[in-house]
Amino acid sequence: MAKDIPLKIETHDFSFYYGAKQALHNITIGIPERRVTAFIGPSGCGKSTFLRSINRMNDLIDGTRTDGHMVVDGIDVYSKEVDVVTLRRRIGMVFQKSIPFPKSIYENITYGLTLNDSVSKSDLDSIVESCLRKAALWDEVKDRLNNSALGLSGGQQQRLCIARAVAINPDILLMDEPCSALDPISTGKVEELITELKDTYTIVLVTHNMQQAARVSDNTGFFLMGSLIEFDRTRTIFTSPSKKETEDYITGRFG
Amino acid sequence: MQTSTSSMPLPKRLIGFFAVTIALTAAVAVLGIILGMVGSFVSNGGGGVTWTFLSEFPRNNNTEGGIWPALAGTTLLVLLMTILGVPVGTATAIYLTEFAKQDSWFARSVRFAVNTLAGVPSIVFGLFGVGFFIQFMGNGIDGWLGTSSFGDGSLLWSAATLAVLTLPVVIVAVEEALRAVPRDLREASLALGATRWQTIVKVVVPNAVTGILTGSILAVGRGAGEVAAILFVGVTYSSESIPSAVTEKFMHLGYHLFVLSTQSPDVDLTLPLQYATTLVLLGLTFLLNLTAILIRSRLRKR
Amino acid sequence: MSNPFKQTRKRPGEWIMEWSIRLVASASIVMIFLILLFVMREAATLFVSAEATTEATSTPSAGSNMEPESYNPDAPADAAASEPDVYNPEAEDPTTTQQQGEPGAPGQFIYASKNPKYPEIYNPDTGLLPEDIDVVAEDQAEVDTSRKTSVLSKLTGDQWQPVGDVPKFGVKPLLIGTLKTTTIAILIGAPLGILAALYVAFFAKRRVREVVKPAIELLAGFPSVVIGFFCLVTVASFIQDITGAPYRLNAVVGGIGLALAVIPIVFSIAEDALSAVPKTLREASLALGSTEWQTAYRVMLPAAAPGVFAAVLLGIGRAFGETMIAIMATGNAPLSSFSPLEPARTVAATIGSEMGEVVWGSEHYGVLFFMGVLLFVFSFGLNAVTELYVKKRLIKKFQGQ
Repeated sequence: MAKDIPLKIETHDFSFYYGAKQALHNITIGIPERRVTAFIGPSGCGKSTFLRSINRMNDLIDGTRTDGHMVVDGIDVYSKEVDVVTLRRRIGMVFQKSIPFPKSIYENITYGLTLNDSVSKSDLDSIVESCLRKAALWDEVKDRLNNSALGLSGGQQQRLCIARAVAINPDILLMDEPCSALDPISTGKVEELITELKDTYTIVLVTHNMQQAARVSDNTGFFLMGSLIEFDRTRTIFTSPSKKETEDYITGRFG
Repeated sequence: MQTSTSSMPLPKRLIGFFAVTIALTAAVAVLGIILGMVGSFVSNGGGGVTWTFLSEFPRNNNTEGGIWPALAGTTLLVLLMTILGVPVGTATAIYLTEFAKQDSWFARSVRFAVNTLAGVPSIVFGLFGVGFFIQFMGNGIDGWLGTSSFGDGSLLWSAATLAVLTLPVVIVAVEEALRAVPRDLREASLALGATRWQTIVKVVVPNAVTGILTGSILAVGRGAGEVAAILFVGVTYSSESIPSAVTEKFMHLGYHLFVLSTQSPDVDLTLPLQYATTLVLLGLTFLLNLTAILIRSRLRKR
Repeated sequence: MSNPFKQTRKRPGEWIMEWSIRLVASASIVMIFLILLFVMREAATLFVSAEATTEATSTPSAGSNMEPESYNPDAPADAAASEPDVYNPEAEDPTTTQQQGEPGAPGQFIYASKNPKYPEIYNPDTGLLPEDIDVVAEDQAEVDTSRKTSVLSKLTGDQWQPVGDVPKFGVKPLLIGTLKTTTIAILIGAPLGILAALYVAFFAKRRVREVVKPAIELLAGFPSVVIGFFCLVTVASFIQDITGAPYRLNAVVGGIGLALAVIPIVFSIAEDALSAVPKTLREASLALGSTEWQTAYRVMLPAAAPGVFAAVLLGIGRAFGETMIAIMATGNAPLSSFSPLEPARTVAATIGSEMGEVVWGSEHYGVLFFMGVLLFVFSFGLNAVTELYVKKRLIKKFQGQ
């Protein structure tokens, strides 16, 4: 892995507990900025938990606690000086199931923007357009911005959620299995999107689809039972992994 | 191998058949009673529900005339009750769904209190109305303001008493609607950097408006028919006009029916009135409940 | 290095909002305490009040037209005045209870009608029920002794006759009345409700269920005045035709009315409990070759038993707390008889009938509130038992012992 790319996210011995059960064991990893980093691994291996720890979405669950450091832009995000709401504004998240708000397309995009700052209408309009263009959705919806977002197809809804996440101008985009509920064509479109977006954003992608990771990401981390087994350039992981478990997973010995 | 019931021994089959029939009979019996009741009201009172009946004042010591003041009084009562009770009920429901940690003693006490409130007999609420609202608050306000109208039964205290009585109804309905909002929506909002409160106001509550509506309507239905709780908190049998201040007494459909049917000086004259009043009261509560049920089933289908 | 995730703007509103919501939510808990507290407070006059000769300083019913039951120490203590529950003390003649423009007090069900369908309830010649003859006014000695007897002994007396020279506050007839009517109500209402729930939950086809269930639950929306009215005019005549009972309004009629109020509650909760039994249990049983009924009887019912039990408990709670039906349909006479065809008076009906006329701060006032406390405590206890017992049992059943 090229050492001269600055690291956007770094963790040192990061552990996570659901009550007494330890879900993540001493994860140490450095995620470079403006690259796509993918996490792969079997179900329940902790990759989603790790992703959600970055923007502290796991705080919403009762009885959880962390150990070690999760550092973004040089600041430990679990320290007391960090305001979690501000943190989440700087980090965008796209979920597995597309969840547009039952509002209009326009309102979905502007939701994050209208929370705190008063932005002028013309600014809002131009932001909406640029986000929808970035999400490759503008041409399809530009005539029906005021229609309900629920009228869009599954693939369109997911791209809307990506546009919505991008609208608040984050540095980092976290994507938790964004294509698992989509058909192959929509999946292809979203993957194209990810490749374009990485010029601007640091993208961390969790996927159970190895081929997707191989297609789209620059670096890949393999998780197994709460531990990070191996983390390297994607090409290396998929052609000459150094750990046996990685190799077994890649070759389909277990799923 | 016995694969079909027809090869089962006769007694067992008979018992089964018998049992199902009994259960069916019970269900039919209950339905029959309901239909019989409604039928007797409609046939005896249907003719009496005319526009004049609904819009006139009673005459001749309530042996003739209409029930307009009772209708108006009931309407004012439930309106005031809604204003007092629905916000409290909605806020409590929001607390229970959005803020309560499942195991905290506070959350469990609130739930227990709501369930208990639902089971308290309505006459005890009436006593509460007298002991707390009239005696304590009313006299207190009178002492403070130098007035004398608060320490007595009135529209205000009756509405307050009913608001407490119908609190569980509102809470349950609103909670149901709030829980119907998928958890993902809340997460999506929070992930965009919204605060909890912003999420509640902008995402959760707008989706729960139907539940708030349902709860209010059910509460109104309950309040319109509830007599025991307001018996001595401000309802009256005859009044010259509709109350113009909340400290005045008021007439009430249910109470009107009660007095009409139990203390009427001339039963022959008033029996048709009694039936007509019953029909109006029943029709009103039926309409309200039906509306609430329809709204709720549309909510569930979504 | 500066902290890019520091809060950019203070958000006091957030904190205020959350705590306001918590505050409002505590209202429910507060209400329960307030109810208990303030009902008890008024009941305290029972133990503290001077004799019933206290003049009323302000009557709650000022402005209402109902009078007869307030205790008037200046009224002659004649035979008529000692029969408040049975007879209007100010009327000479039971057939004309109403003075000009004044309806009678609640608790007086005297139809002055020439219509043979609604005869007078009480014998117009004597104005008394046969059993009441011996309740006629006592002499002064007894008046004096009553003032000295303790509250407890007063309450445990055998007669309920709160108005008269010697007010008697024996709650026994009221308890018997409540017991009678509640028992009848449950005997009729619980089986009907449970069986109907059984049918709807297990045996009915989906289309039938979608019609029948809401229809029965609609009965829950009937105001109790309406049910009381129905009993008063229709059921009472029906029962009288069948049984030839001397009294039109009695415990049976009242019990039927209460049953009508109980059925929807028992039905709703029992049906919920029965439907909540996992379908997989039913399928497993059927797959082993049982009939629908065997499955219902041996697998589903036992699994739903705690819920069904809770349904009956809550039905009981509704029955004994119900006021309007009790006032309108039971004949409202505090007799200590166990016969179902005689009139009765429940605790709730007593409060409802007499509260309007009672004198502030008098013993009578205190006793009524005291009975309110009893009702509250009983319903609270019932609710607590249902919640704790049912929850525990249900959890045990579905998670294994």
